[in-house]
Parts: sequence; C-alpha cells; structure tokens
Amino acid sequence: MLPGEIFTKLKNDFGDAIIELNESPNSDPWILVGADQLFDIFHTLRDADEFQFDYLMSLSGTDLGENLGVVYHLYSMTHRHKLVVKVEVPKGNPVVPTVERLWRTADWHEREAYDLIGVRFEGHQNLIRILLPYDWEGHPLQKDYVTPDSYHGMKIS
Amino acid sequence: MGLLNRLDDPYEGGGIVLGKIEELLNWGRSKSDWYLHFGLACCAIEFMAMNASHFDFMRFGTIPRTSPRQADFIMVTGTVTFKMAERIKILYEQMAEPKYVISVGSCSNSGGPYWEHGYHVLKGVDRIIPVDVYIPGCPPRPEAFEEGMMKLQEKINKQAIFNKRKLLGTE
Ligand code: SF4
Repeated sequence: MLPGEIFTKLKNDFGDAIIELNESPNSDPWILVGADQLFDIFHTLRDADEFQFDYLMSLSGTDLGENLGVVYHLYSMTHRHKLVVKVEVPKGNPVVPTVERLWRTADWHEREAYDLIGVRFEGHQNLIRILLPYDWEGHPLQKDYVTPDSYHGMKIS
Repeated sequence: MGLLNRLDDPYEGGGIVLGKIEELLNWGRSKSDWYLHFGLACCAIEFMAMNASHFDFMRFGTIPRTSPRQADFIMVTGTVTFKMAERIKILYEQMAEPKYVISVGSCSNSGGPYWEHGYHVLKGVDRIIPVDVYIPGCPPRPEAFEEGMMKLQEKINKQAIFNKRKLLGTE
C-alpha cells in the first residue's frame, strides 16, 4: 500500500489527529501526526489487516529548534510496504506516548531518544539513560546544549 | 649479565648465569608482561590483528588477563568516555605495583577525533592515570604496537627494583 492510500485511510479513522502527508521528491514520503492519539494510530497500523506494520525499523529523535520530533520507520513483513511517521512536540513539554508495548524494539530506541534528545515517552516502563552516565545533566544532541566544564572532576575540553 | 658457557651447548657443566639481581629480575619481568586489555573502540580491532598469528603479540611474553590483580600493565586501546574513565581508574588502582600503562591511538592519547566537540570523551587517558608508552596512530599499525611493546620492555629493563623512578646505571 502506498503512503498516500494509508494517509487517506488513517484520515477517515482519526480525522484531525492525522495532520499532513508530505510527498517531497527528496525524501521518503512521510505522515505527520499529532501526539495525543499516537498510541491508537500505531495500534491500528500494527494490527489492522490492511496495514500490518509488524516491524519498527527505527525510532529516532530530532531537534527542530522550537519543537522536538520523533521519527518512526515502519515496515510490514506481510505486505512489504514501508511508512514513515513523524510527530512533533513543543520543547518546553516534550511528551510523547510510548509505543514500547507495541514493538519491543522501541524500548531501547526510546531510551536513546530520551537520553540524547530529551523526548519523554509517557508510559515507558523503564525510561532511564542508556548511553550516558545516569547522573549526566541535560541532553547533549539538543542544538542549544552547552557542554559543561567538567564531569566528576575530569575536565571536558 | 652474561652466560658463563658456550652458547652452542648451554647446559654443559650445569650452566651459570651471572648478573646483578636487579638485572636478572628485570630480565624476567620484561619478558613476561601480562596485560589487562581495554578494547574501547576501533583501535581494539587493530589489536585483534596484533594478537592473531600473523603478528603474534604473545611472543613478547604477554598474556591477556581478565583481572587487574594479575596484570602488569594496562593496554588502553580506543576512545575513553567519561563513563569508562571512572572504571579504568578503579581497575588501575586495583593493580599491584609495579604497574604500567600503554595508551594506544589518538583517542586515548589526546581525544583524537573527539578532541574539540566530544562532550563525552576524556581528552587523553593520561588525565586520570599515568601513561608509560604512547603509541600514535588512528589506528596504529601492528608494527607500531610491536615498537611500543619493545619500548615498554626497554623501560622495565632500566628500572631499579625498589624505586620505580630511578634508572639503573645512574646515580
Ligand atoms: S584513535 Fe582512531 S582508530 Fe583508534 S579508537 Fe580512536 S578513532 Fe578509533
């Protein structure tokens, strides 16, 4: 199924929660969705017969300046189709529902996005840092991150 | 130090080795260095080549140990992140004297590619533990590992036993 068709079907089911379809020739087409109904949307995408996205290829966080974003790459082993879904949340309150219960692989991916970008995944059963030390402050891949002078007495630069 | 017999028949008449006790001990120490290996990044891959039969690191008398208490030196091969740096320091402190450190590659010498913007990388392992031999390269060739190992043996051979910092043959 092509992203355009998936977009139309989702739009029928979820209405305003499906914000736009972007089919720029420079990248894979992607669908922008709202954060509120995110879990239900992904539940449909995984379980509805015509979608069956049983494989979450990647989940990554991005810093878009004003907003933080999360990008989901989905693949269906059955139908062999792909989909890119994006969600954006304000930097002041970057809360996105977790999809860890739908795809187990999202567990560590979400922890990484939380660790480096600072997106908080609501409902995640173990949202702690995965790469940096537990007592690290801040999220270093945010554009406005300021590198601290030292860590535990070791000079950083 | 010298052998008091003919080299073509070393055990004729029992065989005697004459030498100063320090030189004899250093001879043994420098030829059986056991190491604790920190394979932290790509340099460790080069170290695997060094360990394989083509370059055969063990002919220097080195054996990899998994416990710091059995090791004579630490081989730091790769990028030292702050998370790892604390563990390296703890393990270094657990080693028995005399102990040595070889730092391999630009990363552990000075931060390497992360020198300027690596918020998570220690800019040189010598900021937390004293380093005896630096091996430059990104990664170094196995020949450079050999040279570094020989430099360490040279250093051990010159050391006075009860004073690590004094050199033999100097006052
Ligand atoms: S010095 Fe180069 S090869 Fe070695 S760990 Fe660093 S980046 Fe990798």
